[in-house]
Amino acid sequence: MQDTMMKRASELLADGTVVRVLGWKNGEFVYDPTPAVFDSAEALAQDFVYHDFCGSNLSKYLIELSRLEGKTLVFLKPCDSYSLNQLLTEHRIDREKVYIIGIPCDGKLDPDTVRSSAEGILSAVTEGDSVQVETMYGNVTLNKADCLLERCTVCKSHKVVVFDEMLGENGTVNPDSNRFDMVEKLEAMTPEERYEFWRGELSRCIRCNACRNVCPACSCEQCVFDSPTSGVSQKAAADSFEENMFHIIRAFHVAGRCTDCGECSRVCPQHIPLHLLNRKFIKDINTYYGEYQAGAEAGSRAPLVNFTMDDCEPNVIYKGGSK
Amino acid sequence: MQVNQEFRPKIVAFCCNWCSYAGADLAGTNRSNYPADVKIIRVPCSCRVNPLFILRAFQRGADGVIMCGCHPGDCHYTTGNYYARRRMTMLFSMLDYLGIEKERTRVEWVSAAEGAKFAATMNEFTATIKGLGENKRLEDLRCKTQ
Amino acid sequence: MLRIGVFVCHCGTNIAGTVDVKAVAETLGKEPAVVFSTDYPYMCSEAGQNIIKDAIKEYQLEGVVVCSCSPRMHEATFRKAVAAAGLNPYMLEVANIREQCSWIHKDMAEGTAKAIVLGRTAVAKVQLNAPLTAGESPVVKRALVIGGGIAGIQTALDIAEAGYPVDIVEKEPTIGGKMTQIDKTFPTLDCSSCILTPKMVECAQNENITIYSYSEVEAVTGFVGNFSVKIRRKARFVDEDKCTGCGACTEKCPVKNAPDAYNLGLSNRHAAYIPFAQAIPNVAVLDKERCIKLTKGKCGLCSTVCSAGAIDYEQQDSFVEEKYGAIVAATGYNPINIDGYDEFAYSQSKDVVTSLEFERILKADGPTEGHLARLSDGKQPKTIVFVQCVGSRESGSAHGCGKEYCSKICCMYTAKHAMLCREKYPDTDVYVFYIDVRTPGKNYDEFYRRAVEQYGVHYIKGMVGKVAPQADGTLDVQASDLISNEQLHVKADMVVLAAAIEPDKSARPLATMLTASMDTNDFFTEAHAKLRPVESPTAGVFLSGVCQGPKDIPETVAQAGAAASKVIGLLAKDKLSCNPCVAHSNEMKCNGCSSCANVCPYGAITYEDKDFSRRKDGTMMRRVASVNEAVCQGCGACTVACPSGAMDLKGFATSQIMAEVDAICK
Repeated sequence: MQDTMMKRASELLADGTVVRVLGWKNGEFVYDPTPAVFDSAEALAQDFVYHDFCGSNLSKYLIELSRLEGKTLVFLKPCDSYSLNQLLTEHRIDREKVYIIGIPCDGKLDPDTVRSSAEGILSAVTEGDSVQVETMYGNVTLNKADCLLERCTVCKSHKVVVFDEMLGENGTVNPDSNRFDMVEKLEAMTPEERYEFWRGELSRCIRCNACRNVCPACSCEQCVFDSPTSGVSQKAAADSFEENMFHIIRAFHVAGRCTDCGECSRVCPQHIPLHLLNRKFIKDINTYYGEYQAGAEAGSRAPLVNFTMDDCEPNVIYKGGSK
Repeated sequence: MQVNQEFRPKIVAFCCNWCSYAGADLAGTNRSNYPADVKIIRVPCSCRVNPLFILRAFQRGADGVIMCGCHPGDCHYTTGNYYARRRMTMLFSMLDYLGIEKERTRVEWVSAAEGAKFAATMNEFTATIKGLGENKRLEDLRCKTQ
Repeated sequence: MLRIGVFVCHCGTNIAGTVDVKAVAETLGKEPAVVFSTDYPYMCSEAGQNIIKDAIKEYQLEGVVVCSCSPRMHEATFRKAVAAAGLNPYMLEVANIREQCSWIHKDMAEGTAKAIVLGRTAVAKVQLNAPLTAGESPVVKRALVIGGGIAGIQTALDIAEAGYPVDIVEKEPTIGGKMTQIDKTFPTLDCSSCILTPKMVECAQNENITIYSYSEVEAVTGFVGNFSVKIRRKARFVDEDKCTGCGACTEKCPVKNAPDAYNLGLSNRHAAYIPFAQAIPNVAVLDKERCIKLTKGKCGLCSTVCSAGAIDYEQQDSFVEEKYGAIVAATGYNPINIDGYDEFAYSQSKDVVTSLEFERILKADGPTEGHLARLSDGKQPKTIVFVQCVGSRESGSAHGCGKEYCSKICCMYTAKHAMLCREKYPDTDVYVFYIDVRTPGKNYDEFYRRAVEQYGVHYIKGMVGKVAPQADGTLDVQASDLISNEQLHVKADMVVLAAAIEPDKSARPLATMLTASMDTNDFFTEAHAKLRPVESPTAGVFLSGVCQGPKDIPETVAQAGAAASKVIGLLAKDKLSCNPCVAHSNEMKCNGCSSCANVCPYGAITYEDKDFSRRKDGTMMRRVASVNEAVCQGCGACTVACPSGAMDLKGFATSQIMAEVDAICK
């Protein structure tokens, strides 16, 4: 796949369709590739990579790139294409300035789980249900299902929803993803248990802002958490209150706009399952206001800037909807 | 120092100018009693109530926050309370999900003619909050004045 | 930090009775930034306002807090006072320590403590106030009157007389309303039609008045001075411009069994009809539920007899869109449905009728052509029983349709009915059962006394428990006489029920469209119960007639004139000063995402691409929102929809509300 992508990118650069390519290059290690911009075939040949650790969602970078002169070529996995659509809906990206190549995805690897089973990784290739890991100390075969990122174990869609061309076959939406199972488990707990669960998780937060910085929905020109006038800009994680507020506010800000791309959880250095906050909102929206997948269609109206006259009353959460 | 002093909760009520604030005024005109623990903040419309305000109130030590607006369909600005209704449903659900007592937050639709309902709502809400006791789960102790 | 002055009002004893105003002034005086604090018995009085003005000058105040009654009462007063002293009027905040404090708390310590918190909250807010300047918006010099009864007619005539164009929208095929159905009017007993018809004709002839009959308001957008209204003109299948009102179609129409609404269904009419002889406009209508041509495609007789060629079976509903500076609601009333009152045998006996039906029986163009006759057998009734307060003054309604309020007009029209019966048919025995007889009003009590004293009407204090139709066609009326404390049986030939009146069903959806508030009975709410009785709290919307509350004809006409004068006052202005508390977008923070535009009910937000380049080479175009301040009404929906906090609301800024929250929670 990497070679096909590079070849096609070089062609589009050569014929002038695009002036730059947004893709990935390896970081210090093979398992920490990072988004990168390439402006020539040579640059592509030197650094461009695409493999099963390339989990990061490239759509957010197009906000800045699409403001530059000339078109940008971007490779979008299914997840990323939903984010891009949502950004198009919000007028954050000029569609005319982007050339999208859709690439199918069968799940990306979680570097942490792979590393816990194999040290000194040189490469990892998935083959069917297994992952062949080449390490400095020899080859290891792992069960693929055990190595996937959380979001990929409950993949909501294999379908690239917006593209100019597809490389390979486009997939389909997976309505049976079970992605709300954990949310349901939490809902079934008592409030005390839930409080303890979230204290356990959120108290590990170090306010590094990685979740915010990677989130395609968190792409405000100026973040409220960086604005001293917003009244929510406290930085120090001094006590229990702080992380609660930060994460509630962040989840609320992206509610109805979050496509559930899972980047927040992927990048959290403290392994806080932040996606469980977003998925709660998504589940609530589906339950109360009808099925809605942010980014499935460009131009759709986000549920929190929409209403119907017979929406349920807020006391619906007091079980059964009656007072 | 007095022990067993009665717990007096701090309750913030956001009231839209056109219906609920007028309803609260009517409760006053009718001399309908409700606890002094309730303090009203006037906003033009329930849709002006940012969930941040509610979180801020809890952060600063409020024990309960109630939002009142025109009945759905009767919004002075036509549609404001419909948006407020969705936002508050989502916020309350999230607070509940985090294990924060959902009973500390409430939405009630009170028209300008419903002074009695306003007073009854505030009496009932204050009683609920008194039953729950102090808000400990969202208060920022750094903000506490000694 | 701004220099703040605090002024605590006693409101006589209204506030000072349960709030230690001196302590409030003293405590607030110690707040940081408060450089002056005082109290005074009546801050709203001229002397009180002078205290504020003098203090502003003497202490160079930059912000003012008045602790007094509700800002809904005197905010405007104090803003003017502040402005007179040279301060921006929006550098004022009112702490509501009367309605929301002294009046609801009985304990002085509690009231005082709360008043201090409320005052401190206002101080915290005013600290963040910014001077605001009101913009201006033009006034469309045209008024809309919704409802063409006597209220709407009078309002329209008065507005037109002042020289402004005015449109009447009436849902029935003719204007005139309830008054057309009434026989005589109290307390003068002059004929209703005789005094109404000239006014209807005047409406039709006045070149400033356009009548949209058989039409309904479909949608209203905009705001005071600049409403846009969509009016649905229901298809009447007759070309209004061609029809001469000759009546040929109505005579020839073979359908004769359509219930005649003008006679409240007591008689039938044709499918092609003109509601009544004096209808305005005098134009026929085809009843699309009953017309054979429209339902089955056959017939077409009316078209062949119409020499004007006015019949148009293909006619569709059409729409008119017009701009108005002011809107008057005059939607009127209806008697309640009394089917729930089984005890009065209304649905069992044709001889138990409502008072409005009785009007039709008495009126010359009614089902009995003005003869007092039973509808069952056409015989003249010898004994008539009037039952008052059917569905009025009923609390905890057992019937499900009763009203808690007094319908106000029933005592007088019943006295009128009783009197008319006795005058025309002196051999008739007339009984009136009542809870109270309420006849305030000029010459009203005299009128009622005449019914009792001159006409010998039997007024009995007590309620009718049951009306039982008998085999011989009479009605056994079982009642209690509360004064002699005995049970009575009256053998009556006819029973007339004074059904409560309620607002027309069209009022509720109209209120929603106008964003005008209603009370729990669906009467429109006035801006102030005493001081602004013909204005709705929604600027530019005025109230005329029973849609605001039960009232009789003279009162309705007086209120209609009052509403008209308010409308004229508004239309006489070329520009209105806008509410300066409008939304504002910070371009540096704006994402251009359209969330705000999605929720804006007024379409006040537009977008433009602006260059935000930080380098000299190249451009950095960004889509940013801007608010049209003349269109924005200041609801604040956009401020919360905005993900980045770029939208804020002047006068109710995020920082101000947060400061209030903090002050309350302190």
